[in-house]
Amino acid sequence: MNGLALFWRRYRRNRGAVAGAATLALVVVAALVGPLLYPVDPFDMVGRPSQPPFGRFPLGTDVAGRDVLAGILNGARISLVIGILASLAATLLGVLVGAIAGYYGGRIDDMLMRVTEFFLTIPSFVLAVVVVAIFQPTVMTVTCAIAIVSWPSVARLARGEFIAQRDREYVKGCRAIGMPDWEIILLQIMPNALPPVIVVSSLMVATAILTESGLSFLGLGDPNLVSWGYMIGVARTVLRTAWWMAAIPGAMILVTVLAINLVGEGLNDALNPKLRRR
Amino acid sequence: MRQASLLFLVRRLVQVVPVVLAIAAVNFFLLRMAPGDVADILAGQMGHATLEFTQQLRREFGLDQPVYMQFFYYIGKLLTLDLGRSHLQQAPVIDLILDRLPATVILMLTSILIAIAVGIVLGVAAARREGRLADTLVSVTALVVYATPAFWLGLMLIVLFSIQLDLLPSGGMYQIGAGRTGLAHALDVAKHLVLPSVTLGLFYVAIYTRLMRASMLEVYGLEFITTARAKGLSETTIAWTHALRNALLPVVTLAGVQFGHLLGGSILVETVFAWPGLGRLVFDALLQRDLNLLLGILFVSSVVVVFANLAVDLIYGLLDPRIVHK
Repeated sequence: MNGLALFWRRYRRNRGAVAGAATLALVVVAALVGPLLYPVDPFDMVGRPSQPPFGRFPLGTDVAGRDVLAGILNGARISLVIGILASLAATLLGVLVGAIAGYYGGRIDDMLMRVTEFFLTIPSFVLAVVVVAIFQPTVMTVTCAIAIVSWPSVARLARGEFIAQRDREYVKGCRAIGMPDWEIILLQIMPNALPPVIVVSSLMVATAILTESGLSFLGLGDPNLVSWGYMIGVARTVLRTAWWMAAIPGAMILVTVLAINLVGEGLNDALNPKLRRR
Repeated sequence: MRQASLLFLVRRLVQVVPVVLAIAAVNFFLLRMAPGDVADILAGQMGHATLEFTQQLRREFGLDQPVYMQFFYYIGKLLTLDLGRSHLQQAPVIDLILDRLPATVILMLTSILIAIAVGIVLGVAAARREGRLADTLVSVTALVVYATPAFWLGLMLIVLFSIQLDLLPSGGMYQIGAGRTGLAHALDVAKHLVLPSVTLGLFYVAIYTRLMRASMLEVYGLEFITTARAKGLSETTIAWTHALRNALLPVVTLAGVQFGHLLGGSILVETVFAWPGLGRLVFDALLQRDLNLLLGILFVSSVVVVFANLAVDLIYGLLDPRIVHK
């Protein structure tokens, strides 16, 4: 049986993970083709403000008469883009730090782990808020801020994997034939260390989406783009008269984050079969 | 024994020093990255300060000196808790922060206590019914709560409990103008505390429930539980007196490492409920683009978290003497 089929067979066993993957696929499709099929500018005033859903507009209008459905579809893009990019950046940085610390050990390890623990200690959301406020909110700065506060957990995990692998026979063999360190790290150990890292970075996409929504709720989102957190922030002022306006984008965040978490658990079952049933 | 504990305490205290210095360094770096002159930001006037005042600040913070000297000046100022001034609030940053800190601490402690208590009860209950309906229900709920943005949950709770049912206040820390004192005031604050602390705590309930369940199942597999069963003890006694004590340690550890995260959540929840703590101060600082106040909050909250971790470590050392002697 080839690798992919085996992977799918293991993944499929977790029913929650299959449901999560299906839901996530829907969100991704909505983000990709939604704004094309429903080409309404989410910043355009299209009707009377605060209209309830299922009237002239499928999900109603917000306080400024903007189409909520258009906001949801465009917001899906921002959430997914920032979630995925931030998680990728954090994974790259975390794996780099963790690999070097774990492979070389000793003083380098001590130093890098001090830095990692430091970043784990300081209140990450406060740091993200300050970074975005200082560098002005754009997709780029928000992504970077989230990556800066997210990499330490990957670093710790990757370090553990590298420590477990570095004294194995195959690594000693590579050293004996004079293979350079970077080649051992990247081409020999990395493929063995990656499965648990993939699981953690897939779960990190979910955390990143939550952090992004929190930032844009506080007004720290890109002012030129609609995001779900921003929509909740706007709807807050009319909570008494139009609760659904805040409910809809929040439900989208919940569903998306839940789907990603379920997929992450499925990946864990499929990639780390030895760890199952814990 | 006592000497070992003292040594442990001293060693942990010494470890705090470089961490606080590193926090100061991060603050200094961010301050230099901010747009405008450092003196402008410290004066908190963004170009509107009188010339003499900014000049005086430049001298005080050594801005006419090389960067590394500036760094030393800055650290010296931070260590004496001189965090500069906030412009629109017209007050020293440290005063503003210390004024708001108690409200945040009350909210955080209440939330974490709720989370630990509920998490332990649910986790133990789920572990005792492993694989049955109640267990599945607890696990699924935890998964959903885990995916819920806290600030949104807070808004939805306001809709339900304040707007629809009119049971609880939707914001603030006490009823303004009611002039209550003593017990009446405490009860009023408690009533205002319900929604924010539940909102902030629910996420951690999910975490502790999952952790507690896993930890209990692990302990259930150990031999002394089998012995207890063989002695004919009731399952309730085994769960609550034998297994729980041993399953608790990971929960205490986690409570320690989560102070930083809790503080971040507190910012959002305080904003939703107009709770007059640090989080609300962050929101105001953002509205007024008060960078100096923001940096001050980052510094103080980081230091608070470092010391909270230290406190948890010491408590942990008391609970499990093996840690001290390692």
